[in-house]
Amino acid sequence: MPQVDIEQIKDKLGLGEDKVYAVMGEFSDPHDLVHAGRKIREMGYTKIDALSPFPVHGIDDAIGVPQSKLGWMVICIGLCGSATALLLQWYVGAINYQLVIGGKPFFDFSYSIPITFELTVLFSAFASFLGMFAINGLPRLYHPSNNYRLAHRATDDRFILIVEANDPKFNPQVTSEHLKSVGAGTVEVVVG
Amino acid sequence: MADIAIRQNPALLDTNPPLVRAEGYHDLTEQISTIIEGDILKTPLKYWITLGVTGSITVMLLGMLTYLVATGIGVWGNNRPVGWAWDITNFVFWIGIGHAGTLISAILFLFRQKWRTSINRSAEAMTLFAVMCAGIFPLFHTGRPWRAYWLFPVPNTDLNLWQNFRSPLIWDVFAVSTYFTVSLLFWFTGLVPDLATLRDRATTKLRQWIFGLLSLGWRGSARHWNHYEKAYLILAAISTPLVLSVHSIVSFDFATSVIPGWHTTIFPPYFVAGAIFSGFACVMTLLVIARWSLNLENLITIKHLENMNKIILVTGSIVGYAYATEFFIAWYSGNGYERFAFINRAFGPYYWAYWTMISCNVLIPQLYWFKSMRTSIPVMFIISITTNIGMWFERFVIIVTSLHRDFLPSSWGYFRPTYVDICTFTGTIGLFLTLFLLFARFLPMIAISEVKGVLAVEKQTFAKETVGHH
Repeated sequence: MPQVDIEQIKDKLGLGEDKVYAVMGEFSDPHDLVHAGRKIREMGYTKIDALSPFPVHGIDDAIGVPQSKLGWMVICIGLCGSATALLLQWYVGAINYQLVIGGKPFFDFSYSIPITFELTVLFSAFASFLGMFAINGLPRLYHPSNNYRLAHRATDDRFILIVEANDPKFNPQVTSEHLKSVGAGTVEVVVG
Repeated sequence: MADIAIRQNPALLDTNPPLVRAEGYHDLTEQISTIIEGDILKTPLKYWITLGVTGSITVMLLGMLTYLVATGIGVWGNNRPVGWAWDITNFVFWIGIGHAGTLISAILFLFRQKWRTSINRSAEAMTLFAVMCAGIFPLFHTGRPWRAYWLFPVPNTDLNLWQNFRSPLIWDVFAVSTYFTVSLLFWFTGLVPDLATLRDRATTKLRQWIFGLLSLGWRGSARHWNHYEKAYLILAAISTPLVLSVHSIVSFDFATSVIPGWHTTIFPPYFVAGAIFSGFACVMTLLVIARWSLNLENLITIKHLENMNKIILVTGSIVGYAYATEFFIAWYSGNGYERFAFINRAFGPYYWAYWTMISCNVLIPQLYWFKSMRTSIPVMFIISITTNIGMWFERFVIIVTSLHRDFLPSSWGYFRPTYVDICTFTGTIGLFLTLFLLFARFLPMIAISEVKGVLAVEKQTFAKETVGHH
């Protein structure tokens, strides 16, 4: 068995001990977060993220988060649900198991509506649930932003602004100063 | 989630008191989380006593179901001519109760009613538990519940049959199972950010592990929230027609038959209105108890309860209108059997059930025209219970009185429940309450992140007012 270089693996997974993840700073009001995010973006940063205990309105626009494409995914999978239901009822009723019941036709769209509707809803629900977590890269056990001193407050009462290290303009010292200049508290260079 | 009316016109705040009372975001987290985080041994004794009682009733349910499986469904009182009796009554009753949860979480979300955020979590949990109770009855009415997979179109070698997709009973299977699954996904999606809050507050290794796994690594990134809000909106948008479809399909079980008293086109909207009516009443019963016993007065305010009472008044009146329409159509149709079925309902051997239904569903909720009645806790608690009694009787009246006098007088009968019927139904109430008590103790009963969103809007409005540049 070849020798496994643990450092190399960590590096590949982005878990390197001394790898800088980002500069992070916190606010205690959502509006300050939005204003600061907008200013940071105007300084030319592109890899910005924010952590907040609830969806903050205006943050997507301020830090440049694109519109979610989840809706298209759900529509496609939902229509697959409709197709599955119609095919199932048509195949069972008209092809595989013809049975005369009350003189009703072997297959008809009218009586197929309820099951088609229900399966469309079922498929769409799974698509939006699983799709949302998949796009977000969840579930995951670890994320470098967890190393920030106040990361645990992001689900409570703090609004955290992140400038990631893979930003072309990123420089730990300069970016920290920039974050402080827009009013962030507890500015830290986070490694992980 | 923002209330548009208030955002546009802060002056409305003077007439509309704040929906939730909290010092700030942290205070809100504390108010909700401390209920769940207390030492398990220090839970008040009254909780354990209540849980003991409901738990014992649940054990009775298990006993009754075991007895039924071991003996046969003859232990229930169903017999010719009343082949559907308490089992289907209870099924429709519980499914109906579930509808309020989805209505509150989905429809009120789409209408941007921000008062829903304090009550939607518990209402959704109630939906899940009610649908579980509902499922028990058709499942055990099959007599062999271990063969329940025959209801689903799975290829199997022991049956070698397909389902009859032309039958409303199979539509029901699809509707109810979809309803349960979608409600569960919706509930869990809403729960994930709050589970992350609990994870980050956890002080013991065990809690960290449990909430860590359940919260799926949620960290509240702006990108997460972006997709999350979209997913939540889609789930709400598809749950809205779903909830209307479920009780419509349940009503098809009756409406597509040729039994006088069942064969009516008014059934789908009438069943849906009744379902929302009974469901809101059940949410009310649970919230009044929870608000009092868990000290949630700051988060579930009189304003929330009053709004719910208004919905109870509206849906109760719709139900009353449906009763009147049924009678009118029975007379106007000129069909002798139809007329007989309705006169027999009101003045036949089951007159007592019919008039219980009318008083509880149509007359008593009219008290809610008065604000003093809508805002009185004892009044709303009593009305919430009479409403559910009334709605149970509505299903009983529809099912049993339509069946007990068949077309030929030689096939007339009178249905009486057996003790197994009564104990099984009581048992499901025990199961429902047990599940709800466990939920209230171990999971956040109020959607923390959503209430914070409401608080943020209120704070913003307040700030604008004081600065005065609006």
